[in-house]
Parts: sequence; C-alpha cells; structure tokens
Amino acid sequence: MFYREAGDFKTSYQSDQATFTLRLDKILFWGLMAIATFVVPFFVTEYWEKSVFLPFFIYSIAALGLNILTGYCGQVSLGTGGFMAVGAYASFKLMTGIPNLDMFLVIMLAGLVTALVGVLFGLPSLRIKGFYLAVATLASQFFLVWLFNKWEWSYNYSPTGQINAPTRDFLGIDVTGPTTAPWATYLFCLGLLFIFAWITRNLVRGHIGRSWMAIRDMDIAAEIIGVNPLVAKLSAFAVSSFFIGVAGALYFSVWLGAAEPTEAFAIDKSFDVLFMIIIGGLGSILGSMIGAAFIILLPIFFKNVLVGYCGIPTDIAEFTQIVFIGALIIFFLIKEPHGIVAYWRTLKEKLRLWPFPY
Amino acid sequence: MEEKKKNNTIMEVKDITLRFGGVTAIEGVSFDILEGEVRAIIGPNGAGKSSMLNVINGFYHPQEGEVWFNGQKRGAMKPYQIAYQGIARTFQNIALFKGMSTLDNIMTGRFTHMKSGMISQVFWKGKAEKEEYENREAVEKVIDFLEIQTIRKTEVGKLPYGLQKRVELGRALAAEPKLLLLDEPMAGMNVEEKEDMSRFILDVNEEFGTTVALIEHDMGVVMDIADRVVVMDYGKNIGDGTPKEIVSNQKVIDAYLGVSHD
Amino acid sequence: MFFLDPFFYEILISGLLAGVMYALVALGFVLIFKASGIFNFAQGVLALFAALTLVGFQTGQIPFAHLLSLFGLHATHWGAGFPTIVALLFSLGVMVLLAWLIVQIVLKPLVNQEGIILFMATIGLAYVLEGVGDLMWGANVKELNIGLPEGPSEIILDATDMFIDKLEISAAIVAIVLVVSLTLFSQYTKMGRALRAVADDHQAALSVGISLETIWWIVWSVSGLVALVAGVMWGAKSGVQFSLSLIALKALPVLMLGGFTSIPGAIVGGLIIGVGEKLFEFYIGPLIGGATENWFAYMLALLFLLFRPQGLFGEKIIERV
Repeated sequence: MFYREAGDFKTSYQSDQATFTLRLDKILFWGLMAIATFVVPFFVTEYWEKSVFLPFFIYSIAALGLNILTGYCGQVSLGTGGFMAVGAYASFKLMTGIPNLDMFLVIMLAGLVTALVGVLFGLPSLRIKGFYLAVATLASQFFLVWLFNKWEWSYNYSPTGQINAPTRDFLGIDVTGPTTAPWATYLFCLGLLFIFAWITRNLVRGHIGRSWMAIRDMDIAAEIIGVNPLVAKLSAFAVSSFFIGVAGALYFSVWLGAAEPTEAFAIDKSFDVLFMIIIGGLGSILGSMIGAAFIILLPIFFKNVLVGYCGIPTDIAEFTQIVFIGALIIFFLIKEPHGIVAYWRTLKEKLRLWPFPY
Repeated sequence: MEEKKKNNTIMEVKDITLRFGGVTAIEGVSFDILEGEVRAIIGPNGAGKSSMLNVINGFYHPQEGEVWFNGQKRGAMKPYQIAYQGIARTFQNIALFKGMSTLDNIMTGRFTHMKSGMISQVFWKGKAEKEEYENREAVEKVIDFLEIQTIRKTEVGKLPYGLQKRVELGRALAAEPKLLLLDEPMAGMNVEEKEDMSRFILDVNEEFGTTVALIEHDMGVVMDIADRVVVMDYGKNIGDGTPKEIVSNQKVIDAYLGVSHD
Repeated sequence: MFFLDPFFYEILISGLLAGVMYALVALGFVLIFKASGIFNFAQGVLALFAALTLVGFQTGQIPFAHLLSLFGLHATHWGAGFPTIVALLFSLGVMVLLAWLIVQIVLKPLVNQEGIILFMATIGLAYVLEGVGDLMWGANVKELNIGLPEGPSEIILDATDMFIDKLEISAAIVAIVLVVSLTLFSQYTKMGRALRAVADDHQAALSVGISLETIWWIVWSVSGLVALVAGVMWGAKSGVQFSLSLIALKALPVLMLGGFTSIPGAIVGGLIIGVGEKLFEFYIGPLIGGATENWFAYMLALLFLLFRPQGLFGEKIIERV
C-alpha cells in the first residue's frame, strides 16, 4: 500500500538506472543519512563509537572492497588481513613521516599504496583461477604479516614491534590519537563510508563493473566481447585493495590506535570479511554493509546475552559463536547464496504488493 | 534469393591445420567469406566446424595456415583484440553471463564502444553517464529488433532456452560487428522458433549489411538463408559453393549418408 | 660447499620427514577432491577433531563435560579410558559417522553448485568442527601417546652423528604404508574403480548404478581415517591443540605443487615443500630475520603454479567452448 509502484513508470534511461528507483526508497535513505549525520553525533558516546559505529563503518569499507574483488569479479581472496596491514603501516609511516599531513590525505595515500601492492599480488590471477587463486592469496596474507613483523623500518624500529597512531587531524579536528572526540571519528568514518559506497555504486553500474561481472560469470565469453582479462582482473584487485587499505588505515589509526601484525591482521581477519560478504550478499553494496553489521554485532550479542544475561562461561560462549558462524555460512550457501540482502529484496517485493498476496 | 552485389572478401582462411595433441581437428582447410553474404558451414558432427569458428575468432591458434581479415593477415592476437576488429559470435552452448539481466548482457556487447576511463567512471556524472545512455540507446534498438522488451530486467539464467539464444544474438549484434559468427543458432529450437531466428538473421544481413557466417545442421534453414556453403568432414573442406551446388555434390552426399571412409 | 656440511644432511632428512607429515594431511584433500571435486578446507580441523576424539576416548573424558556442567553434571571423566586399540577403533567409528553427517547435511544440498561455493561451505564446516571439538573435549593442550617410539634414534646417532627423531621415522613408515595401500585400493579394487568413475563423471557413474551418496560417504570416511592418522602423528609430535588445524593450511601449498588430483603428487609435493622450507630457513632465513617457514611454502607453490597451473602431477585443465 505504501510501497507502490503502479503508475511509477520511468520516462528516461536516467531514471530507469537510478540508484533509488522508488521514491520511498530515496526518502528513506536520505532520511537515514540525515539522522546519522546531524542527529547521532550529538548523542554518540565513546562506547558506541568504539564498539559499534567505527567497526561497522570500517569493516563496511573493507567488505565493499572484498565484494568488488570476490562478489563482482569472482576472484576469491583470503588475503584481506594482509592488505589491511599494508594500509595500516602505510598510514603509520605517513603520519610519522609527514606530521602535518591531513588525515584524509593520509588515508587516501595509504589506500593508493595498498592498491599497488594489491596489483602485484593480483598478477597470479591471470594464470590461476578459483580456489587455486584463493590458496595463492594465502601467500600474500602470510608474507605480509611476516614482513611487518620483521621489517624494522615499517614500525620505526620500535623495540616492541608495535605501531602507535600519533594525534593527527582532519581539517583541524583531531581524528586520531587519544584526544579525539567520539563525534569526530564517527563523522570522519561515516563520511568515508559514504564516499566509498558511492564510488562502488558508480563503478559497478558502468562498463568497468560489467566487465568484472563478465569475468566472474564466464571469462572466456568476456574475452570474446572484448574484455582484456588482465586489465579487468588487475583493476578489480587495484580498486579492491584500495578500499581494503583505507579500511586497514582507519582500523589502526582511528579505531585501535595501536597495532601489532600477528594479532591485528592475521588470517582470521580475512575470514571475517569473507564471511561478511557471504552472509550479507555477494555482489551487493547493501549486502556488504549488512554482513559487516552482522559479524560485528554477533560477538557483542553473544557476550551480552549469553555471558552477561545467561551467565554462560566466556569460553563456551566463544565456542558456540564459532559453531554458529560456521553453521550460518553453510546455511546461507545452501539456502540463499545471495545472502541476507536477497531476503531484503524478497521482503521489498512483498511490500510492493501488500496487502495483496500476489 | 536476390542477387547480392559481388563484394570484397571480408575474411579468408588459407590452409588451416589445427591439432590438439595427437588429434587433427582441421586439416588444410581454405575458404573465403564475402562481405555482406550469409555463409553457412555445415558437416557431420565432429567435422571441425566449431573449431573452425574458434580459429576465425582467435580463440584457437592454428599450427599452420593464415587468417586474413579485411585484407590484412592476422598476426598473433588475443581474442579480446579480435573483438575490437569487429568480429562477434554466439556459442553452441550459450555463453551468456548468467548472473546478469538481459539488458546488462546486451550492454556488455557494447564493450568495445565504451571508452571512458576509471576516473570518469568513479565520478559518473558527465562523461561516463553520457556514454552509458548513448550505448543504452543502441542496446534498446537491438532489444526492439529482437522483440525482447518484456524480459529486459530478467536474470538470463531464469529465461527459457529459446529466449537465451535470442539474448545471446542480441549481445553479438550490439557490438555492431562487421562479421557475425553464429554457432548452431537454431540448436534445440522448434519450427516456430527457427523461423523467428531465421528471420532475425536475414534482417540483420539485409538491414545492417552484416556479414554472417553460421554453423547449421538444419539443411532446410541452410537452403533458405545461405548464399554460399562450405562443407566440412573429418576436418577437411569437401565442398564449397551455393546451396544448390553442394546439395548435388557426391562427396557431400556420401559424408552425410555415412559412406565408409578408407 | 654446503653439501659437504653434515648438518645439511640432517636438515635434508628432517625436511623430508616433515614433508611426509604434510603429505599425510594433503592425502586427505586429494582423496576428497578426486572423488567429489570438493576442495575440503576443513581437512586440518578433521585431523584435529580426530586427535581430540582419540585422546578423549583414551583418557576416559566425558564429551561436552564443560557444557553439561552448566546443567549440574560436574564430572569430567567417567573412568580411566579405553585401551589404545579400542580408542583408535572408536575414533575411527566417530569419523565414519561424522562423514555420514557431512554428506547428509552439507554435501547433498549443495550437490550441483560450483566448486567455489562448496569450498566456502567447507570453510564454514571447519569453523563448526572447531567449535564442536572445543565444546566436546575442551580447548586445552593435550598430550597424545599411542605407544610409538620417541626420542632420537640411537642407531643413527651413533653411526652418523645425526639427530633424527624415531617418531618421525615411524610417521614416514606409516605414511608410506598408507599411500601404497590407498593407491592399490584405488587401482585394483571394485570400490576403487567406482571412486575413480565418480571422480570422472558424476552423471555417468550414476547411470551405471553407483550411488553418489554412498561413494561420498566412503570417500569422506577414508579421508577421516587419513585425518585420524595425520592427527595422531602430529599430535604425538607436538600435542593436540588448535594449531594442529593450521597444519592443514600448510598442506595447501603441497597440493598446489603436487596437483590436486594426484596421490603420489601429495607425497612428492610434501617432500619438496618440507625440504625446501627447512633449507630456506636454515640458509637464507638468518639473512632476513628468520621465521620464514610461515610463508615460504606458499611463495614456492605460487611460483610453481605460475609456470604449471595444474601442479606436477595434476590433470591439465583444457577449456572448451
């Protein structure tokens, strides 16, 4: 009844291919954005900032990045953790090397460095496919973690091997270091997520996005319509790594403040982000964010409900969580390979016809 | 059949030999394709017809022989480069992009016409958007031509076989190719669908002047729409001429009736 | 030069033996991949689970004891446990049952999906098994002892001054026996032929009356057996703990080198990786900070794959359109 589409005909290609084809969708989205930007910052506490919003924004960016590579272009990567490390260490070197550099530039440059590394480690994809490639990406994951452990220059020769984010600002407002205000980091990351979601949207609706999907669906046919597999795959690696590098830089400098490679960027990170896009929805922007929210909120739920409320010991809660995530992955792959976002779309379909059943 | 103006040779294959390990798929085959004609390649199963098509569009590289396109000898080229020369094709077993809609699939056919770079794509407004809608117009013309407006947004994996074949044809047409290669476009179709497909092929040839080379088993279709025919058997060229000529060619009759070879 | 250095030979042999251990895990992968085209990421966790179950039976642990304690049951052991042979048989039984469950719950519903979906499902399976294993038997490090000889081999030490662990020699012997019997099984028995038929073409195998479900169950059970052997060997060497499942990750480069479909390839790949790793760490490691064993195997396999995407003995993939 509210979600009407009858009479909602498109009269131009532009309106047909718009991001929000239904007016209600558009209103809801911008309304949500307005609340997120102008209302929430006044109320956000450090707990919510550090435990919910920042991880959600940052992992959403990482999930978008991995989705571009795996969901849209079909190249499975288990190297996400390693690439986040590249972004983090690049941002660290930039922050300590050029103290007056605005954080926005730091983050973007860190992403750029990661993009270059991503292209390098993406080269094998030209010869290797499918899960052989996934195993090859493990090489990058293990190598990069080892590198940032051993390469003393990367952590400024600190005896602990840990990197710490100094206080730096964006347009004069502190966003890294111990003096930051929750609303500042919140808005900074929200803004970046918005930008990167917008970039993703634009890339996937044009011919570059289509070339990625063509490679994913049938790379031989893609070649025959003129797609250069080298350019398509490496561009996917480059863009994806850019996103993941940005996420890694934010993860270290804005959220954690300190990091050490084996703990912060190990292979479980790679799995986390992969699970986000499987559960959320492969090849979907909304899905990337839903998946990120899900994986971040799940441990909080388990901790607060199972441990806090039911009194179950922490280790049992942890094991149960592991089982639950694994079972959920299997469930989604069997029942709905398109993830939660497919349920969302089905729901919208039903809403369009409501109150009629069909 | 109307008399076609005798045009230039658009494609010529000379003495092609193609081997896979110990198996010789094509042996010493030569023939030409004239601009603007409908050229059929026929022959029993396993004769090497699909392999021949794969050689023409650069997917296989023959061990011996030459391929000439538009008066130029083809050097070592990758299939995607050949697409830019103006050759498009369909496949025996439908090679559509199953995860995309009909519209998106046919839009991929426009790939060689879309030039905007990564930076313009990221910002979308301006160059990238304009190019997208220009090409969308071209694709809509193809959709109108093939009468598939109603399935524009349907995921192609969900379409019935006959419609999938039509969408695949649409993708090839969207490229505005100089040479269109069709690998058994009528396979698995009923009489009505075959009539539709034949009509589309003839329309494409007559309205747009596209040269068509097709592999086909249905002799009725071949007699109706082909200008000239090449017959292959066991990897060799055993007949070349108009449909009337090859139908009375003894070697061709033997091949189809299965007279044993020494 | 380096081959005159006696230490080189000790490293070489140590590498070969380590390689055999990797090959044991890789073997399980190959079996499953050959018969069902599935790349079983959970193979390492299967080995861990098998080892945990064995220790559990040996020491008389009550499964899910920690969980049950929430409901009032405060015992962790029901007795002194079973004798080793009995415990081994029971563990094998558990692995066979587990194989059946996996076939019913995970494989059957996903039967027509592409390899990459199945691969991701096995990642999910790995998580489930890890969590269940922890819930059943607890996550503390356990000692595994089935009576295999341990300690440096006196004979070899006396003769050549080389320090070679008897356990690793036993592992090598067990692995060779396993490989030989599996190869014979696959080539010469009716069941082995059926497995190869299924690996070649599901449809054709079905049409001659081979039940896909049964075949998968058998393959995953045999793989479970291999996992048990691998788990026992690794567990005896370094204790039963979570890091055991990470050994499986090491088996992946072994497979890339040897080819995913070759049993002898798993051995050869394992040996190459085992030796390569140790030699690289010994000679080049000190120059670049050490601990190269974390990534060298992957880099080696990666380089190899670039030149030969199907591995040493794998089947060449011909793409037809």
